[in-house]
Amino acid sequence: MPDLQPSGPASLAGLGVSPGRTAGPCLRMAGPPALPAPNPVTDTGAELAVVGEALEAVAEDLRRRSAAVAGGDRGAAEILDALAMMADDPMLKEEAEQGVRDGLDAPHALEAAFARHREALASLGGYLAERAADLDDLKHRAVAAALGVPMPGVPSPGHPFVLVAEDLSPADTAGLGPDVLALVTVKGGPTSHTAILARGRGLPAVVACAGAAHLVDGTYIAVDGATGEIVTGVTEEDAARVREQDSAERARLAATSGPGRTADGHPVKLLLNIGSAADLRPDGEGVGLFRTEFLFLDRKQAPTYEEQVTAYADVFTAVPYVVVRTLDAGTDKPLPFLGLPEEPNPALGVRGLRVDRVLPDVLDTQLDAIAEAARRTGAEAWVMAPMVSTPGEAAAFARRARARGIARVGAMVEVPAAALLADRLLREVDFLSIGTNDLSQYTYAADRQHPALADLLDPAQPALLRLVELCAEAGRAAGKPVGVCGEAAGDARLAPILAGLGVTSLSMAPVCVPAVRDALARHTLEECRELARAALDGR
Amino acid sequence: MPERTVAVASASGLHARPAKLFVQEAARLGVPVRIRVGEKSVPAHSMLGVLSLGAVHGTEVTLESDAPGADEALDALVTLLSRDLDAEEALDA
Repeated sequence: MPDLQPSGPASLAGLGVSPGRTAGPCLRMAGPPALPAPNPVTDTGAELAVVGEALEAVAEDLRRRSAAVAGGDRGAAEILDALAMMADDPMLKEEAEQGVRDGLDAPHALEAAFARHREALASLGGYLAERAADLDDLKHRAVAAALGVPMPGVPSPGHPFVLVAEDLSPADTAGLGPDVLALVTVKGGPTSHTAILARGRGLPAVVACAGAAHLVDGTYIAVDGATGEIVTGVTEEDAARVREQDSAERARLAATSGPGRTADGHPVKLLLNIGSAADLRPDGEGVGLFRTEFLFLDRKQAPTYEEQVTAYADVFTAVPYVVVRTLDAGTDKPLPFLGLPEEPNPALGVRGLRVDRVLPDVLDTQLDAIAEAARRTGAEAWVMAPMVSTPGEAAAFARRARARGIARVGAMVEVPAAALLADRLLREVDFLSIGTNDLSQYTYAADRQHPALADLLDPAQPALLRLVELCAEAGRAAGKPVGVCGEAAGDARLAPILAGLGVTSLSMAPVCVPAVRDALARHTLEECRELARAALDGR
Repeated sequence: MPERTVAVASASGLHARPAKLFVQEAARLGVPVRIRVGEKSVPAHSMLGVLSLGAVHGTEVTLESDAPGADEALDALVTLLSRDLDAEEALDA
């Protein structure tokens, strides 16, 4: 192998968003191809052949990737199949061929044909407008194939590698193969799609790493998904050693079990975040966040009462302790059946519990269904509302839930106003659950998806921790539980700090449980408090 | 020309998985069929064409073909559209 290494190891800093250490050759995801100036067509027959071959190459690549994941992730395989059928589309091909006959070269003819279909889908709005982005991706692939340059998208070199990208979209990550050791992105934040996907799969990931833009394909790098450090210029032998240490560490963590405890036995419940019964894993002490909107994401019609009862009962039957969050939707997280109008500023608009202001029936039906599912299964239902802003909202929600016999009613703390009045919220409800993703976005006035503001969204930011402390103190005074269910709860680095602030439970993606359990067990409560004090004093 | 009109039974409409199954079946049958909503008519074996109809649950679509074997092909496609393909996904998942 030619020596591609720069002289000696060097370190790049990013934001660690999914723990784990690994190392290997890095490979960049190719960006969209630049379309050169139009070329006059001299041989129409040859140019027609290029169009056909380019579309076939794109469809073939997608079918191959679909087959590769078919055994495991069926949803991903279906997405890839549907994309392959779009690349194979007879109308699209005919139009591109007509473009060539009209004098366009193959790349420009493909570009024009895709653009026309993109407009057609975009104009339909809703679900189909989202598919318009898929067509852009297919267009870039087809144009790249016609130009003879690498197709954009995740490379498949046939050996393990660290995937480096500007940012990753859901389409990029559908069907991410087992060869990917870790994810490194130049953009993205702690709550970006990349971060959530990586934690879900247990892949180490570093985002917002500006230096990653200059990594050279094929060079070996080491990635620490907890600290966000990337070391360049490592040797193949170093990389192998890092990977061995990581598998030993994972094996050690996987062997841990039992409830969450600090070294001196102070309990901190370890709970799971789930979207349906299918996400349940045999670890943790219950479910701290059941995201009910995940059951109904693609629905055009409101889910019926009976259907909801069944879905909730499935989870209640499997787990004795479940905190159900009522539908968390809005124009930033649309549920088609709600038919909410678009808003100029969706993060600050009608979302979460606020949807109840315009569609009160939705919450009534859902509370009825949760209460019935609890009756049928004999479970004690804990129910909380998202995006509560005032004690008045918490009181109104609690009244409606208790009127149906729901045992424990809570409020999520995602809005700084709710954290500031946590003591008064706790006069109305039985527990609080802090959603750190939104709470940091609103506290720091920084869009969760904004690539340039990732540092402000770091859950270790002191102002965010101060709000968490305020809630935890209110909980201690009232003798009521206060948990954290945002992405911060699954961060082993933060777990002792949150425990030190007085948080009573941490709810996280199932894959995060072993590392968080281990982190808690390594510190006494007093050490956790010291860590919390130091973090609150940070800059 | 033989034609059939049917309301789309799938909960998500003629998008996503139902669209995929419909287009696959139309291609497999090998009989040129067009599918029409109002004035807009597209080949049934075109994924992009079928998606662009924007047919949701309950939309009436008309299938047309005058090729040999049209009646059998139209019947097969009508049967497919009359089923809730989203619900079947849930069953075999």
